[in-house]
Amino acid sequence: MAGCGNTDEAKKDKKSTEEQTETTAQEVDLSTELSAYQQFALEQMDQFLLETEEFVNLFKAGDIEGAKAAYAPARMYFERSEPIAESFGDLDPRIDGRLADIQEEGKGEEEWSGYHKLEHALWVENTTKGYEAVADQLLADAKELHALVQTVEVTPDLMITGAVDLLNEVSTSKITGEEEIYSHTDLYDFKANIEGAEKIFEILRSKLEAKDQGLVTTLDEKFKAVDDLLAQHATADGGYVSYEELTEDHTKALAAAVNQLGEPLSQMGIILE
Amino acid sequence: MIAPNDEKRSIKKISRRDMLKLTGIGAAGAAIGASGLGGVMKAMGYDVSEPVADSTTASNKANFYGKHQSGITTPVQTNIYFASLDVLFSTKNDLQELFKQWTPLVVRLMNGELMVDLTTNTRIPTGDTGEAVGLDASNLTITIGVGPSLFDKLSIQHLKPAELEDLPHFPKDQLQKEFTGGDLCIQACADDPQVAFHAVRNLVRAASGKVQIKWSQAGFNSFPAGGGTPLNLFAFKDGTVNPAITDEKDLNKVVWVDKGWLKGGTYLVARKIQMHLETWDRTSLKDQEATFGRYRDSGAPFGKTKEFDDFDVEAKDSNGDYIMPDTSHVHLARKSGARILRRSYSYASGVMSNTGAHDAGLIFISFQKDPAQFTTVQNSLGRLDKMNEYVTHRGSAVFACFPGVQKGSYLGEALFNAL
Repeated sequence: MAGCGNTDEAKKDKKSTEEQTETTAQEVDLSTELSAYQQFALEQMDQFLLETEEFVNLFKAGDIEGAKAAYAPARMYFERSEPIAESFGDLDPRIDGRLADIQEEGKGEEEWSGYHKLEHALWVENTTKGYEAVADQLLADAKELHALVQTVEVTPDLMITGAVDLLNEVSTSKITGEEEIYSHTDLYDFKANIEGAEKIFEILRSKLEAKDQGLVTTLDEKFKAVDDLLAQHATADGGYVSYEELTEDHTKALAAAVNQLGEPLSQMGIILE
Repeated sequence: MIAPNDEKRSIKKISRRDMLKLTGIGAAGAAIGASGLGGVMKAMGYDVSEPVADSTTASNKANFYGKHQSGITTPVQTNIYFASLDVLFSTKNDLQELFKQWTPLVVRLMNGELMVDLTTNTRIPTGDTGEAVGLDASNLTITIGVGPSLFDKLSIQHLKPAELEDLPHFPKDQLQKEFTGGDLCIQACADDPQVAFHAVRNLVRAASGKVQIKWSQAGFNSFPAGGGTPLNLFAFKDGTVNPAITDEKDLNKVVWVDKGWLKGGTYLVARKIQMHLETWDRTSLKDQEATFGRYRDSGAPFGKTKEFDDFDVEAKDSNGDYIMPDTSHVHLARKSGARILRRSYSYASGVMSNTGAHDAGLIFISFQKDPAQFTTVQNSLGRLDKMNEYVTHRGSAVFACFPGVQKGSYLGEALFNAL
């Protein structure tokens, strides 16, 4: 137990020795990485606002097919930067809330707003009529989000936890088709979540390489495996097939690939020690 | 998906590909394989470089090292978590690496220790999932085996023992692919359900990206006060005619393989057998006993008074009828002449979604020096077995379980030495 100076530490773990002495190691300097990620998030939010505006304009013009085509690609910017976008408690459900989430909170359908409400209008009701105010509100919320994101302080935890959270999003809702229950465009969100996690990995790459080259190699391999599987479901126009076209074997393979990526991805925190 | 020619939406798909090329790992999937596992294991803090010894101070501990693997002739524990795995790699080197790395981790688990010592970095998940903390070794045993499909996957068919084949179809089998087969198995048995589950969970996690659970089944056994043969969910004793686990001579006849790289090992047969409890429960006790050919309470064979009394399967009463009905389970099993070491557990996993009936039964496990012993028994039961009315076989798998490990060696070394 050399190096364990006090009984609390000794109690915490009776076996580990060397690690204990490292508790006071200095915080690693990640300032370059943090600002790179902030830059990325801001760019994503710029595009999110632009594309949301385009979507809202199409929607309000009554262009159902145009709005449908713009829906999933616009959302990808949000999904890529979700660790940041969702850090604003009220806005995330207002923009991205599903009816099931709203009801779970004991609220009625009248309080439902945002993308998924318009998704319901487009795909289920096949109309835009009567939803103009919802569309206006979505754009207003997107603008508010865009403004708030400018002030966000990116921390190492936000990045590292965020990467895993993005994968968890995929594992719990995208892979089950529960995110886009009307449009079945879940694979767009899936792809965007993966890209968001991959971006964080890329930004941290050199720091990770210094700590554990094997982990970097593994992550490259596992990201590629997920990307390759997703590519099997890409369509000629650069989109993805409907979630409804996936068989159980497909979803199982995708889920397994995401889990195999998530395990090593969760180790990125080694650079903080 | 991002349109390739759409700058705005293209994140960096191309740049990442370039990066892969630059670092020289592009499409060389096979080369990445072996280092990949080490990468994760190292990052997760597993120390797989040094052999770990069986603890001499742990309480309720079964030993890992020995002539045979644990969990075969170890006294039956109260709980099992049985997992059938598929491997995600295709080379024998990956397999060897996996077993080398699992070996010290298995010993640690059986010692009741954490998979990996705690670190102080709270920014990463812990290397051990932690739910067994505060529980002792609980007589945990871990038994590892390889299935026939593994040899094809790794292109080492020439090393597959002739005996290791998928079991044939038996009358009334209703096998479902989600409970059938597998490249590897981990049988974790312990006197605590959480310890058994923790072992499988952590070994699979440590091999993330290398193996994947194909199917699994938890099970339980309960022992009457003062010991004795446990009862299955039909309330009959299960395992009465087993060879004594202390009789090495008999075990050599029934259980242990005596040739090839599997010498000292054995074959594990796993069957997931649904038991139709609702129909059983409306069957008279007389008919239940006639189904087994034994009295329920004493466990004695028909015509005898004690559980372990020997019996003549051909014996007839004064009317010329078999004393033990010739459609009874015990009659047909004994008549086959084959013997196996049974080590089964009951399961209760909720209700069948299509019928609302109990999804309960037996995770039947038997060990034998040749799977043909099991096949012989099962064929003898055939269509005649009165038990068929009450059970449906839903899952099936066979695995060759390695011989025991000596300190400094690792699981399956004999197989790799034979390569």
